[in-house]
Amino acid sequence: MTERPTGEPLVRLTGVNKWFGQLHVLQDIDLTIDRGEVVVVIGPSGSGKSTLCRTINRLESIENGEITIDGQRLPEEGKELARLRADVGMVFQSFNLFAHKTVLENVTLGPIKVRKQSKADAEKRARELLDRVGVGHQADKVPAQLSGGQQQRVAIARALAMDPKVMLFDEPTSALDPEMINEVLDVMTSLARDGMTMIVVTHEMGFARRAANRVVFMDGGRIVESATPEEFFTNPTSDRAKDFLSKILNH
Amino acid sequence: MSFLADNFPLLRDAFLTTLSLAVLSGLVALVLGTVLAAMRVSPIAALRGLATFYVETFRNTPLTVVFFFLAFGIVYIDLQFPSRFITAVAALSLYTAAFVCEAVRSGINAVPPGQAEAARAIGLDFRQSLSTVVLPQAFRTVVPPLGSVWIALAKNTSIAAGFAVTDLTAVLQRLANANADQLAMVFIAVVAAYLLITLTSAWLIGILERRLAIVR
Repeated sequence: MTERPTGEPLVRLTGVNKWFGQLHVLQDIDLTIDRGEVVVVIGPSGSGKSTLCRTINRLESIENGEITIDGQRLPEEGKELARLRADVGMVFQSFNLFAHKTVLENVTLGPIKVRKQSKADAEKRARELLDRVGVGHQADKVPAQLSGGQQQRVAIARALAMDPKVMLFDEPTSALDPEMINEVLDVMTSLARDGMTMIVVTHEMGFARRAANRVVFMDGGRIVESATPEEFFTNPTSDRAKDFLSKILNH
Repeated sequence: MSFLADNFPLLRDAFLTTLSLAVLSGLVALVLGTVLAAMRVSPIAALRGLATFYVETFRNTPLTVVFFFLAFGIVYIDLQFPSRFITAVAALSLYTAAFVCEAVRSGINAVPPGQAEAARAIGLDFRQSLSTVVLPQAFRTVVPPLGSVWIALAKNTSIAAGFAVTDLTAVLQRLANANADQLAMVFIAVVAAYLLITLTSAWLIGILERRLAIVR
């Protein structure tokens, strides 16, 4: 993917700061993600990249600054926040599929409870999505009966069922056995091709090169560099990014 | 044995009174305790405070005192329950709800936080995520402690005997006073009736626990 989509801002973070006690985990973050853009966030552990991802649907609150999605400021809590979260898909490192529900119920819960779809409509769509991510034949099992890679693909289908404006991926492959990473990355790559707006926190540099429009490099709670994958991997400007890349790309 | 046969109607009615005291109070306590547990994990501080106050009040007051207050204390504020049986159900429910609340809350805390995060992330509000994702999983893990609360409740119903409800313990007193020569038989009959409730419960709880176990 080379050309840059739309130029129309969808997610915008302005002057965002967050502390965990004394620790200043997000420092003056300014970041704009355009509609259709795929942004990969990388950086050493503890750099604040997961926290950044989680502030976008307010699973983490922020101390100051502003986050808007599609022009609307993130509400602090209550029904409006729930409504806005419905438009923001999230995929977690540890899948977090609802353990007491079947795969199909995991995908239909949001559409039925939040979007007020009929059970039949929700199930029809859920089966299409499960087929699309390649786990259609597992629909009636419970999550624990699936492999990690299958569970994560179900989690992606669950998020897609809400027809989100943007998808957040918080280290989606970090908890997976190596042979299962690709099946999840393939689904994500095809989503990116289809024009989904995506913010992906990951250590998968291959995915960043293949699917990202932009790489954001974080360190110590700050955005240190923001560039196309080509520029970033071949010619990083900051010393911190050079150091980081030399450590991870030498193997 | 003719002694037991003679008194069978009395024992049977007492058994049914004890059983209905336990079942009715158990149901009310389950509902009230679950609402209290939801309040204790609510984002609204006032609700958390209220529920905590309730739990600490009733968990730390002797059950007999709760009975005494509802039977005689509330008369001073011009209140009275329609019957002694209902007074007993109220006292047992209010008291047991505090223990149900704490058992359910421990179950809520045992549900991995990621479950509630995922529920919020798809747009469920607090109430929806609690009722469709967190509580169904919490209840499965608290079957054993709730079972203990239930068995304690079944035995606590005996306090009602002191407040003019003719339950098994009241009948034990009455028959023992009137038939000193049959003391052993009276005890065996009444204890057997209690065991019928508690041991059957323990067996059913075991089945429920196996049936509801979640694979993670």
